[in-house]
Amino acid sequence: MSIMGTRVVRTEDPVFLTRGGTYTADLALPGALHLTLVRSPVAHARITSVDVAEARSAPGVIDVVTGAEVDLEPVKPAPVGHDAMLRPFLATDKVRFVGEPVVAVLTEQAYQGPDAAELVAVDYDPLPAVVDVRDAARDDVLVFQEAGTNTVFGFGLDEPFDEHLFDGCDAVVTAELVNQRLAAAPLETRAAAAQWGDDGRLTLWCSTQNPQASRDEVAGWLGVEPARLRVIAPDVGGGFGAKIGADPEFALVGWLAKRVGRAVRWSETRSENMTGMLQGRAQRQTVTIGGTRDGRVLAYRLDVLADAGAYPRLGAFLPYFTRSMAPAVYDIPRVESRARIVATTTTSTGAYRGAGRPEATAAIERAMDLFAVEIGMDPVEVRRRNLIPPDAFPFTTKGKVTYDSGEYAKALDRVLDAADYAELRAEQAARRERGDPVQLGIGVSAFVEITTGGAFAEDATVEVHPDGTVTVLTGTSPHGQGHATAWAMLASEQLGVPVEMITVKHGDTDLVPRGAGTMGSRSLQIGGVAVHQAAVELVEIARRRAADVLEAAVDDLEVADGAVRVRGTEVSVPLGRLAESEPLRTEARFDSGAPSFPFGAHLAVVEVDVESGKAVVVRIVTVDDAGPVLNPLIAEGQRHGGIAQGIAQALFEEVVFDPDGNPLTASFADYGFPSAAELPAFTLLDMATPTHLNPLGVKGIGEAGTIGATPAVQSAVVDAVAHLGVRHIDMPATPLRVWEAIQAARKSGESS
Amino acid sequence: MKVHITVNGVPADADVEPRLLLVHYLRDVLGLTATNVGCDTTSCGACTVLLDGESVKSCTVLAVAADGTEVTTMEGLSASPEELHPVAAAFRQEHGLQCGFCTPGMVMAAVGLLHENPRPTEREVREGLEGNLCRCTGYHNIVRAVLRASGQDPDAADEAAPDLVAPGFSTGSSA
Amino acid sequence: MIPAEFDYVRPESVDAAVALLGERGDDASVLAGGHSLLPLMKLRFAVPELLIDIGRLEELQYVRLDGDEIAIGAGTRHSTLETSELLHTECPLLPAVARTVGDPQVRHRGTLGGSLAHADPASDLPAAALALDATVVLLGPRGERRVPSTDFYTGVFSSVKEPDELLVEVRVPRTGAAGWAYEKFTRRANDWAIVAVAVVDGRVGLVNMGPTPLRASATEAALARGASIAEAAALADQDTDPPADLAGTKEYRRHLARLLTRRALTTAHDR
Repeated sequence: MSIMGTRVVRTEDPVFLTRGGTYTADLALPGALHLTLVRSPVAHARITSVDVAEARSAPGVIDVVTGAEVDLEPVKPAPVGHDAMLRPFLATDKVRFVGEPVVAVLTEQAYQGPDAAELVAVDYDPLPAVVDVRDAARDDVLVFQEAGTNTVFGFGLDEPFDEHLFDGCDAVVTAELVNQRLAAAPLETRAAAAQWGDDGRLTLWCSTQNPQASRDEVAGWLGVEPARLRVIAPDVGGGFGAKIGADPEFALVGWLAKRVGRAVRWSETRSENMTGMLQGRAQRQTVTIGGTRDGRVLAYRLDVLADAGAYPRLGAFLPYFTRSMAPAVYDIPRVESRARIVATTTTSTGAYRGAGRPEATAAIERAMDLFAVEIGMDPVEVRRRNLIPPDAFPFTTKGKVTYDSGEYAKALDRVLDAADYAELRAEQAARRERGDPVQLGIGVSAFVEITTGGAFAEDATVEVHPDGTVTVLTGTSPHGQGHATAWAMLASEQLGVPVEMITVKHGDTDLVPRGAGTMGSRSLQIGGVAVHQAAVELVEIARRRAADVLEAAVDDLEVADGAVRVRGTEVSVPLGRLAESEPLRTEARFDSGAPSFPFGAHLAVVEVDVESGKAVVVRIVTVDDAGPVLNPLIAEGQRHGGIAQGIAQALFEEVVFDPDGNPLTASFADYGFPSAAELPAFTLLDMATPTHLNPLGVKGIGEAGTIGATPAVQSAVVDAVAHLGVRHIDMPATPLRVWEAIQAARKSGESS
Repeated sequence: MKVHITVNGVPADADVEPRLLLVHYLRDVLGLTATNVGCDTTSCGACTVLLDGESVKSCTVLAVAADGTEVTTMEGLSASPEELHPVAAAFRQEHGLQCGFCTPGMVMAAVGLLHENPRPTEREVREGLEGNLCRCTGYHNIVRAVLRASGQDPDAADEAAPDLVAPGFSTGSSA
Repeated sequence: MIPAEFDYVRPESVDAAVALLGERGDDASVLAGGHSLLPLMKLRFAVPELLIDIGRLEELQYVRLDGDEIAIGAGTRHSTLETSELLHTECPLLPAVARTVGDPQVRHRGTLGGSLAHADPASDLPAAALALDATVVLLGPRGERRVPSTDFYTGVFSSVKEPDELLVEVRVPRTGAAGWAYEKFTRRANDWAIVAVAVVDGRVGLVNMGPTPLRASATEAALARGASIAEAAALADQDTDPPADLAGTKEYRRHLARLLTRRALTTAHDR
């Protein structure tokens, strides 16, 4: 019986539920020194002096290192951007964000670190901060004098907007939107540990989503050949995009270990994490949408101003995906977009679950809602009239990507049906009629997203051992996604070996030298397919070997239950036996060559207490279609996590800096990360539209939930108070924001 | 300062700094690293253990203040990976953990919750776990796990239970 | 994350604790549940040289009838208040408020005395004590003194308690069947209140509407002279000075104070 599509509980769990995972901070590294970083308390300043004398003589201090002593060149970790915007490993002449590392303190014991760090005296001569991207774009206060501008990069900036784009439209609406900055906030903060061996090789343990890429990055930063580095990702406590690749701190740990000739370990506090880890989203958007009175959208324009933070990282590139996905699920004749990414004196930005695509979806979904209000049409109906039809795939969009497969109207209908949309509207009408203090809001989103993160190829090795157990090596790097179970299922399907006898290994670059890691929802559709392929090839090898052993024709042989059997007989040879004289092992590399496009629809129902402005999601009904589902238990978990983060963006979370660049939400007490008490149970509907891009037909599920949920919830909150005259509320739709929107609508209603 | 703390049934004496947090006593002195540190504002609950049977955040208890007490961590819950404690078993069955970092604290908070409220409603579970943050699961399956561990059927609590069969592959079931 | 170094002592009795405070009160802090103090120490906002741990003194852990009052030991945990049958019968506001403090883990450690002594205007129990017209009992080298809660708070994190005094007991009235309610407005369940209102027996306590917990005296006076709930509640923000932060502007907090007072008074009335 096939294991594909079944709810297999995770093979990882017994260890996680007894001994617990082994995260980087859990590693036993006897004698390792503890690194404590002295960080800038100001957003933008010249460093005029650094006095470490008192710190050097504090108890347990082995070394105190300033930026001047670090002989590594500042680096440009961003894939695009200005060459003058480089990040030193420890600040030397300037600091550019609160939390920037300035001095490194190494102590024998962990507790001695903060004591010694307090004794380091740094003099800062403050410079003006620049926090708002609109201010940054004016180049009045430069983050990097040498660059002469704050613009890190641009997409489409050289192509002027077409002033005739909206010709022929009966109705045109423009809006300024904020897709606010978020903290990835994985429960495990960043951590790294480094030890140089007598063989001159560095072993670097770090909490990363991409061990192989981290090896290459850190090697480059340290000026050594990648072969001299062994990167090991132990268990990783969540990444969500913020742990893609390596952070400069990882290289610093390696450099310090070399300098002092001892192992060094580092584990940041949550407060450090909330200023030091890459943050997500942070786009201001101007959307313009136009169309006919009968609901046909003719033109859409998206103008993005994105925040790179102080030292450009992956976040500087992500608006590329926002532009690619600008038209989303809609067939719009005329679409144009551009993006400018600017530096500010704040935390650097990077990928965060969805990485550029939630921003695109949130923008166009808001635009569709505003257009619907403008022409007086139901927002669901407007969407229906513009969806790309199911027979149009593969469909090349105005965003210049080709969507592989999709049934957008079907997804929309599924959620409307399951949520009983008409009934909800009736209930809403009844509450409005009565003027209830608790009003109902319904928000619908239709979405499509691009997955694989541009990394279309992955390797896998499958080996059967003489004892009949199986080892799978994968270049993916799970941190909660359950690959050990899922890849075991793929191998089990071909080999007939139970998952309990299949071990999946990953994360150690000496064991798996090549791999692209886990990000961009790529793992199953690329890495899993590679495992599948390797297992299929292994079956072929096994059959040929068995043909010799059993003196049978290859065509008469099948693999089942861990053995090769002559079809229709009891004659068989266990796979393990076939591995005795020579290894039974295959390597496969799968390259899909193209991204895939999961899609779906979410319907959110919120209740808003119009007297206080507080909104609560009471129900969210979702379709997240990423093709056939390998393990529904794991896939549902991915959807749940994404939906929760999507709701969190709409209602709870925002990273805020004051005008001087001081972070105001830099702890879990201040940042709006929701608990179970803030969220409902989620309704997940099943839909699986395969892709032609790989033999399993699978796409990627990890991020879809985030992308669909945010606009549905934002829309629902606005909808709940639309009858009071509210047209838009920026995210997060906190009670304060909702209440102020109601007051403002009331005032303008009174004056008109 | 001398402390005598019984952890997972094993009494032990140690000499510690007054400022040593109980969570670091467990992790660094006893080597019990399942209990994790996830924040520095007593917000996230990843460090939750039982102290004399009650759930507490071990990052906000001094080891010296736990002198003479009995502490239970997740390592002390199950007899073995093959014989999981009912709460741990329910977490596995319902896929109530992904990256696993919040899990030890979440499991211990759930154990504490069920001690005090053996048959909670879904709402009571959610409020009972408001001191434990998880980024991976969205809490949906954690709540199911706690309901299951309490002997209740989480599907009954969940009025719109998802389809249990995945389309696209063959239908099937597994343990 | 790591507190600065300090010395630690666990006195065996209240008298021993008071004696210690008499000697070291200026550079010592009292540790009860630790869930107000330790978070500050971990961020090094508080750096006492000595911690005097009274958290295990059973002498300070009790809830008992004493005439027409209930005497509660300062070391009584929030979770004990939450489940006390005596309080549910005799002073139901208090367990209801205690139930909203933090989360279950916090409530297993935090104490009533600790919360009142910490004097955070954004905390729940100080305002509840105010609404109850509770009495705070202090013990020091000069003996015992009883301070009405309405005289106890002087500013943010400050009270009339001297550094060499220990808060040993809180006395609340037996409110019995009198109407009561607690309306706590937060974004997340575990947050400090943006604003909260405690109502009992015609008295109204406000959380996070000023540098100390406050009584909504204008509302109380209006109720006393027979005004409707709506009229009285509309005065709830008089003589308040609410903070402005990301959760609320001053104007929003004033609105919430009036709104929550109206709702709390309605609930109390309907009991």
